[in-house]
Amino acid sequence: MSNDRPMRHQSIIISIIFALMLSITPMPDWAAAYRPDWVALTLIYWSMSLPRTYSVGSAWIIGLILDVAQGTLLGQHALALCLTIYVSVKFHLQLRQFPPLQLTATIFAMLALYQFILFWINGVVGINPPAVVYWGPVVSGTVIWPILSMILSGLRERARV
Amino acid sequence: MAASKSKQRLRSSNSPALGLRLLLLAGLSIVLLVIDRRDNHLDTVRNAIGATVYPLRVIVDAPVSLWRWTLDTTASRNQLQLENSRLNAERLLTKARLQRYSALEAENTRLRAMLEARVHVRDKVRVAEIMSASSNPFRHVLIVDKGTRDGVYKGQTLVDANGVVGQIIIAGILSSQSILISDPDHALPVEVNRNGLRTIAVGTGDYEQLDLPFLPNNADIRQGDLLVTSGLGGAFPAGYPVAVIDSVTRIPQEPFAIVTAKPAAALNQIREVMLIWSSTDAAADAIADESAVAGEESIDE
Repeated sequence: MSNDRPMRHQSIIISIIFALMLSITPMPDWAAAYRPDWVALTLIYWSMSLPRTYSVGSAWIIGLILDVAQGTLLGQHALALCLTIYVSVKFHLQLRQFPPLQLTATIFAMLALYQFILFWINGVVGINPPAVVYWGPVVSGTVIWPILSMILSGLRERARV
Repeated sequence: MAASKSKQRLRSSNSPALGLRLLLLAGLSIVLLVIDRRDNHLDTVRNAIGATVYPLRVIVDAPVSLWRWTLDTTASRNQLQLENSRLNAERLLTKARLQRYSALEAENTRLRAMLEARVHVRDKVRVAEIMSASSNPFRHVLIVDKGTRDGVYKGQTLVDANGVVGQIIIAGILSSQSILISDPDHALPVEVNRNGLRTIAVGTGDYEQLDLPFLPNNADIRQGDLLVTSGLGGAFPAGYPVAVIDSVTRIPQEPFAIVTAKPAAALNQIREVMLIWSSTDAAADAIADESAVAGEESIDE
């Protein structure tokens, strides 16, 4: 399974760093509401494929980094990512068996959960953004998922994970 | 199902209690959230993580910087000459205006001295570049490329050429985060320039709009009024333009008028901001400031 350890980790970490970069790239105003949750999607993919290496712990740390990068409350993305990745690790065996369409639908639900937690914390704190901000990333993330999972599985085969 | 369950058990024996780890981390997150919400004990943690994010920001910003650099270096001679003459004309205009301004300021100082009021000292400013902006649409936040190393402090005011932009909320070592006046969490004390009426301008989450929710129906305010910082909250220096009143709606049975204003600064278009060191701050001494020097020269003349 792991005859080429450093290589495998390198490519995965690079993909996560790339996702972090995409999540702080400046975007025009109208597009910012539809920015997919790159980090969440990438982590869902890796936690599904390698649940023992990429689980709630790494999700939490990356969530903290995302909190600092996006200037949100410390712990907000960490909590949301943690719970989402828990779902994907818990059900990774089922998720792997799903046909593509059903998997995409499940990803939709997981992204909705992720956004819900972010929204919930915002609500407790007293920030009430419009609904498009909630659904925008969920929809765009679901649309981008098939392409992203294709790219990441290509990466995975290359790294012989 | 049974097979997967037994596998799950096998797995959980390898990495004990996924649920427990989740509970632990979730609890930790909530503790962090509460502490971060309450006060600023986590600034050091933030700075430490921020230092790891800094290279990412630089990389993300690189294409934009490269593009601007390419534009700058490949600009034709003709273009440069045009721009140069335009800037020269602009400089002449501003200089003329500044002369009048310094005469006014001298007069103002004299009058204030007569009234024995505290003399208003010029604020120091320094230009900072914006590294990234509002990657999160819930919050209107800017990252600027100056940090505590350059004397930036928490609560410092940012302005652009036209008006107040926001204030620093987290001062890192190399870069700082600032909240914009349009953030739904932000409020700043303002006064109407025309008559000195004081109120609070609250952000709405829209870059083009501020709300003034605490003005009674009979307040003397109309469309086109300029709002300036009143300096009363202690956070912002007084006298900087903030916004222009957009609309005033008075509903007779409501106690408060519905007043909206449009920020004077182009909040979603700026690339550079000016950091202001208020004259009362000790940190100001260390900062060299070109505009103040230019202003002093014209006073000396």
